[in-house]
Amino acid sequence: MTELTYLDAGRTALAEEMRRDGRVWALGEDLGRGGVFGQYRGLVDEFGPARIADTPISEATIMGAAVGAALVGSRPVVEMRFSDFALCAVDELVNQAAKARYMFGGQGRVPLVVRQPIGMWRSSAAQHSQSLEAWYAHIPGLVVVAPATPADNYGLLKSAIRCDDPVVYMEHKDLWPAVGHVPVDAEGGLVPLGHGRLVQAGSDLTIVTWSRMVDVAMAAAALPDVPSIEVIDLRTLWPWDRAMVLDSVARTGRCLVVHEAVQAGGFGGEIAATVGEELFGRLKAPVRRLGAPRIPVAYAPVLEETSRITAAQVADAARRMV
Amino acid sequence: MPASPADRPGQPRVNAATATIAKANADRANIDRSRVLGHYRTMARIRAFEEAADQALKDGHIKGAVHLSIGQEGVASGVCVNLDRGDFITSNHRGHGHTLAKGADMTAMMAELFARATGYCQGKGGSMHIADFQVGMLGANGVVGAGIPIAVGAAHAMKLAGDRRIVACFFGDGAINRGPFLEGLNWAKVFDLPVLFVCEDNGFAATTRTRAVTAGPGPGARAESLGVPCTPVDGNDVVAVDAVTADLVARVRGGGGPQFLHATTYRLRGHTAADAATYRPAAEVEERWGDDPIRRCRDLLALHGLSAAELDQVRADAVAEAAAAVADGLAAPHPDPSYAWTDVQDVDMAPAGGGR
Ligand SMILES: Cc1ncc(C[n+]2csc(CCOP(=O)(O)OP(=O)(O)O)c2C)c(N)n1
Repeated sequence: MTELTYLDAGRTALAEEMRRDGRVWALGEDLGRGGVFGQYRGLVDEFGPARIADTPISEATIMGAAVGAALVGSRPVVEMRFSDFALCAVDELVNQAAKARYMFGGQGRVPLVVRQPIGMWRSSAAQHSQSLEAWYAHIPGLVVVAPATPADNYGLLKSAIRCDDPVVYMEHKDLWPAVGHVPVDAEGGLVPLGHGRLVQAGSDLTIVTWSRMVDVAMAAAALPDVPSIEVIDLRTLWPWDRAMVLDSVARTGRCLVVHEAVQAGGFGGEIAATVGEELFGRLKAPVRRLGAPRIPVAYAPVLEETSRITAAQVADAARRMV
Repeated sequence: MPASPADRPGQPRVNAATATIAKANADRANIDRSRVLGHYRTMARIRAFEEAADQALKDGHIKGAVHLSIGQEGVASGVCVNLDRGDFITSNHRGHGHTLAKGADMTAMMAELFARATGYCQGKGGSMHIADFQVGMLGANGVVGAGIPIAVGAAHAMKLAGDRRIVACFFGDGAINRGPFLEGLNWAKVFDLPVLFVCEDNGFAATTRTRAVTAGPGPGARAESLGVPCTPVDGNDVVAVDAVTADLVARVRGGGGPQFLHATTYRLRGHTAADAATYRPAAEVEERWGDDPIRRCRDLLALHGLSAAELDQVRADAVAEAAAAVADGLAAPHPDPSYAWTDVQDVDMAPAGGGR
């Protein structure tokens, strides 16, 4: 076990995978200087500018080139800086990466990882704050990952790099400095894709969440006068751990989904609907969702705050369900 | 099957184009007869395949869109003859010619158009998504311009791996107005990648004349503004395309970085097989039939002593091969519905596999 930040955990994972497999390389803007947040700091010294490639500001081609490179046998890790900018490469991700294997009848594979930092962070305003995970969970062919802890950022990134499918990998910008135990081990320490994590057991209510909201849910569970809350961190949104969620809600009888993304059309709707379809007769209360209002994230802290889901809001929703 | 004017030997259409062509052919004192005959065969096979597909569409055997490259065969043949089997190509929506010229199998192609299990993509792709990774054909693409970054990425991977294989990237003149063109050429030059960009300039972007919606002097100037040298060529002169490409491929393979081939041509049919192309005057199309690359090639070979019978036989063989592909395609099984769930992704825990 080593104490690492979420940021260093990801960096360590990438470095280990690049040492292990010469086909792995990273490409994106400013990677040679360490990436916008420092996630690639020092890597160019070890791996050189060919494998830690500084690219032009060409999101469509960063992603499209990764597709072509993956189709002929390399394993690119794509950096998009902010998930918001990945929207400039939606054709390449959604129409090409996610479709190539299928359209060509299995002749080619697209083993790439797209790192798309998400979430609200230091008054970043409407074009640098979004959490767009539901968009990608909607697309057949894509795997969608959103780690909440340093250990998961290490173990999930390694699994994502080893995965033969295209993986949308969403790190939360607010989590970069978070410190935690990481089981650093070049061959072990992998966290399998598609498996949730039981963060805390409880008996009255299940909160299903991921990414930054895991900490918020845990803070809510620690507030006074809240019911006994079971907290599940999904870790992977597609595929998502239906078994873990359904098993938990079958026991607690109540389900609250919490996410930072806009509530309307969010992935919480998918979970809520599934729980409703599968467990209707066993629910003690209607399934509820707690996500951001359908407004762009604002710059002024007082306005930005209106988009933020707080522990108090989560606790309040939990109390009202029981 | 209606014979195209290319197959009416002895009735040369005398117009400005044919006169120039006759002179160009006459000026060629020496040709590599077997190489040119190879082009004639490749182009005849592409033509026969597409004429058969066109008929099959009319007969109701093909459901999806089919974009014919009739009239543009000179570019596909002239370029691909210079590529090794291991080299890669990416293509666009009009990709039958590129795919056949790269060495793909006509039967598996036709079966794909017929949506059969024996097709290249098991019936999941159709005409617009034919791929044959065995011969380095990385896929036709339904999104204009999308093959450009993919080609650049394949070349990037080759450079990273120290592999000497190169990539040829086919796209139309319409694609140069999309962002990926600018991004992709810039990228290829910045990283000095082994890519041959091939702009097949047929003058049209669907039903619009490309020049009406394109600022500036066009494809070559755009490439050169990014430091990618452009070589213009008459795309209907397969011998010229071949010669020019040989030189460009040598430069690309030798580490000289990306090159741009601007091949002017004309699509003699509509944008899709179902498009009557009434947006252009019949006289223009008629005139351009006089510049049919297959006919030009045939005339050249005739000038160098091949008999009409020999040349007719090449055409007849191609037609027979296409007819056999149609028959095989019609006899081939439809894909099992379970195929719909295969090759989506591996990481999927949903019990049904399809992840509802
Ligand atoms: C991004 C995108 N926009 C529009 C279309 C519809 N479309 C298909 S082919 C085509 C014309 C393309 O022209 P060009 O690139 O010159 O190729 P050509 O058809 O002439 O061979 C258009 C507009 C598309 N497939 N993709």
